[in-house]
Amino acid sequence: MAVDRRKFLKLAGLTALGASGSQCLDLLSGSEVLKAADHAVNTSKTRWAMVIDVKACSARGDCTRCMDVCHQVHAVPDIRLKNGEVDKQHEVKWLWKENFEKALPSQDHQFLGKGLKNLPVLVLCNHCDHPSCVRVCPTKATFRRHDGIVMMDYHRCIGCRYCVAACPYGSRSFNWSDPRPHIKAVDKNFPTRTKGVVEKCNFCAERLARRDPVTKKPLEPACVVACREVCNALVFGNLNDPSSDVRRVLKANYVIRRKPELGTNPEVYYIV
Amino acid sequence: MYDAGKIIPGLLVFLGLITFPVWYNAKTGKTGYTPELEIPEGKCVASKTYMQSSHMDLLNDWRDRVVREGERYIEVDGKEYEMSLTNGCLECHTKKSEFCDKCHDYVGVKPYCWDCHLKREEDELWPSTEENSSN
Repeated sequence: MAVDRRKFLKLAGLTALGASGSQCLDLLSGSEVLKAADHAVNTSKTRWAMVIDVKACSARGDCTRCMDVCHQVHAVPDIRLKNGEVDKQHEVKWLWKENFEKALPSQDHQFLGKGLKNLPVLVLCNHCDHPSCVRVCPTKATFRRHDGIVMMDYHRCIGCRYCVAACPYGSRSFNWSDPRPHIKAVDKNFPTRTKGVVEKCNFCAERLARRDPVTKKPLEPACVVACREVCNALVFGNLNDPSSDVRRVLKANYVIRRKPELGTNPEVYYIV
Repeated sequence: MYDAGKIIPGLLVFLGLITFPVWYNAKTGKTGYTPELEIPEGKCVASKTYMQSSHMDLLNDWRDRVVREGERYIEVDGKEYEMSLTNGCLECHTKKSEFCDKCHDYVGVKPYCWDCHLKREEDELWPSTEENSSN
């Protein structure tokens, strides 16, 4: 079969397109980025994670102890409308309750048991291994630390709210106004935020940096300590330490995570 | 020169006005004015000259180490300090208005540290929650 000039050029063009196309797809899929992130996750000494026992938590009814303590020690503003109701458009949340179907939508189905329907589930930032908020932040104000905590550097936040849009869990809140007038009590160990920055749970990084004078272990998050006094539904620890409490609980129980299908690899586990 | 009678007195008036702050201060004896700071007893984390010229660099360095690296404490001459504005610097320099503000007001800079960080003078405004911070 003779190949004329016209046919040769067509084939050459197609080949070039195919070769460059596959490379482009590779780049766009971000597989290299994910591989590098996974390597960092697996080789780090510490990876903080939390397990929430939804059954133990819901057995306590309307208990809001962990949320109250968290919002108090972190000076989270309580923004309300004039009639005293929570201002849903401007509220700031670090740790709160969401209905089962909303918190774990992949578990929802037509015949969901009565015990699960509308069951309040404790939700917070999942401190993902592949956090989408970190990928979109244009100023690197939000970043993933070596120990797995997804942190905010409020000094760098420009308030673009890309991260709010990117987070699939709704874990981020924006300060639409100066939060200070809405703060009931301020703890001198933690600064407030200012108008125009995004905030969220920080896994109590400020407490983890301090050590218990007796046990010499890092102080656990305030919510975990508060919960232990009433029902022990929250377990916190280092995933990369095989003898840690979280690893023990994860081994002994069947757990689910919020929207794991998105590939963010969340680090908050639920016992349902 | 045309209109020298108007231009030269005009220039003299202009020069007089523009140098007003200089000779006014000279006359009232304020040319050598420097803000007087309330200096607490004890040693700082760095020398006085370094702090005078570069305290903002030190604070930026502390900020990055605390927020990014998760370090909280530094040791200077065997003593441990918390790298914190409110719980570090203000431990000794207890009154922001008598220390930070004195120079900042004098040179007309308005750092936005205090939009978020707590000056302890506000403790009256917001009741402190000692029982929760201690555990």
